[in-house]
Amino acid sequence: MDDITKRSIEIIAKAKNIPADNINLNTTFEELNIDSLDKINISFEVEEAFHIEIPDDALGSLKTVGDVVNGVKQLVEAKEAGSAPAATS
Amino acid sequence: MNRVVITGLGCVSPIGSSVSAFRESLFSGRTGISRIANVPDAPDGDPGVRYTQAAQVLDFDPAQHLDSGIISASNRNTHFAIVAARQAAQQAELTKHHAPGDIAIIMGCACGGRSSEESEVKNLYTRNARAHPLTIVRTMSSAGASNISIDLKITGPTLDISTACASATHAIGLAFHMVRSGMSTAAICGGHEAPLSWGFYRAWDSMRVVSPTQCKPFAADRDGMTLGEGAAMLVIETLESAQARNATIFAELIGFGMSADANHITQPQAEGAAAAMRKAIADAGISPDEVGYINAHGTGTQANDATESAAIHQVFGARASQIPLSSTKSLHGHAIGASGALEALATVLALQEGRLPQTAGVTAPDASLNVDVILNEPRPTGPTVAISNSLAFGGLNAVIALRSWSA
Repeated sequence: MDDITKRSIEIIAKAKNIPADNINLNTTFEELNIDSLDKINISFEVEEAFHIEIPDDALGSLKTVGDVVNGVKQLVEAKEAGSAPAATS
Repeated sequence: MNRVVITGLGCVSPIGSSVSAFRESLFSGRTGISRIANVPDAPDGDPGVRYTQAAQVLDFDPAQHLDSGIISASNRNTHFAIVAARQAAQQAELTKHHAPGDIAIIMGCACGGRSSEESEVKNLYTRNARAHPLTIVRTMSSAGASNISIDLKITGPTLDISTACASATHAIGLAFHMVRSGMSTAAICGGHEAPLSWGFYRAWDSMRVVSPTQCKPFAADRDGMTLGEGAAMLVIETLESAQARNATIFAELIGFGMSADANHITQPQAEGAAAAMRKAIADAGISPDEVGYINAHGTGTQANDATESAAIHQVFGARASQIPLSSTKSLHGHAIGASGALEALATVLALQEGRLPQTAGVTAPDASLNVDVILNEPRPTGPTVAISNSLAFGGLNAVIALRSWSA
C-alpha cells in the first residue's frame, strides 16, 4: 500500500473511530455512515496532511475511499508538477 | 395552570458523573475542587496565574458514551449535556411516555465551546492556519440543546439561554412556565458548561475574583470563587402526566422569579436579588415564612456573599438569620452557565432526602452577614420548601422555588 493510500485510510478511520483494517479502496461512504459533515471534516484533514486543496465542486462526487485516494493522488501529482489542481473525479 | 413535578435527574459533574455519585459527594462533603490539570493549550512551566484550583470533571471519557462523529463535531460542554440529558430522560422514561413534539429542551450555557474557539484562534494567529470546518458547530452556545434534541429525537421547543451565571436557572424557570402553562407537557431543562480553557483562566485571573486558595462561601476569610464545569438536567412534567403513568416524583417545582439590577456589570445589588426571590415566592403562591432552606448563589467573593446576605435580609426580615443556607459551589465549583442546574439538582436531593448539604471549607463564617450557614456536616432535618438563587454578572438574577414531594 502506498503512503497516500495508507495515510488517507488512517484519516478516514480516525474520523469514524474505527480500525483502519476495516477500510479498503472499495469501501463506500455509505457503509461507513459518512455524512456531509464527516465528508467536510475528512476533506479538511486530508488537505492538511497533503498540503492540497480539494475543489468545492469535487466534494459532492466522493462516494468511496478510493475516490478520496485517487483525488488526493491527482492533486499531489498536479502540485508536484507545478500545474493547477485537478478535479478529484 | 398545571402543577409541575420533577421525574428525572442527570449530571456530569466534578463530584460525580451520575446522580448517585453526586448525591454521595454532596452529603459527605467531598469536594471536587483540586489542582488544575489538563488545561487545553496551556503553556508548559509556570502557569502565570494567581490561582491553581478548579473543579474539574476528571472521570469522564466521551468515547464511552458518544460516537466519534458527535465527539468530533462538538465541544466538551456538549458532551456533558448529551450524557446528563440521557441519564435524566432514561430515568423518567421520557420518550416512552411523551410524544417527541410535546417535550421541550431548555438549556443554559454561557460560554459555548470555549476551548474549541481558543484552539482555532491560536492556530489562526500563530500559524495563519485555516479554521477547522467544524469550528462553528463546536463553538455555538446552542449546540447543547441542538445535540440533545438530535440524540433523543425530541422535536418540541428547543433552545439555549445565555445569561452568564444565571443561565441554567433561567432555563429551568422558563421550562417550568412552559410546562405549567401547557405549552409543553414535559421538558428537559438544565445547563452545561466547559469553561476551563487557558484563555478563560487568564481572563478570570485578570478580574481578580478567583480564589487563590479555595472557594469558601460566606466565610470570614473568603477570597473568591473557584471555576468549575459540568452539566445537570431535570426532567419536568405536569403532575397529571406523572401520576397517570405512575412516575417517581423527586420534588415539585413551584415558582420562578427573575430580575435585573440595571446598575453595574460586575457589582451585584441586593435590591435586584431580593426582587427575584420575592417574585419566585409570589409565583409559587407561598409565604416567605414557608421557605426553610436557601441554596445560595454563594460564589465566595466578598461582593456576592455580602450582597446575597443583604438581599436575604430584605426578603425574610427577622427570619433571615434562621433559615439554613448553603453554597454547594464549595463542592462542585462555579460552573458558570451550568451552576444553577447543579444547584437545582442539589436542592432537589436535599428536599428528597430531608437533609441539607453543607458548605464545605468554611471554618469561621462571616458573622457580619448574619446568616445561618450550614457547616461541617449536613443538617439532619429538612424543610418542605426551598429556593435556589442564581445571581449573574450583568445583574441578571434568577430564582426557583421547590417543594418536597411525598406520595
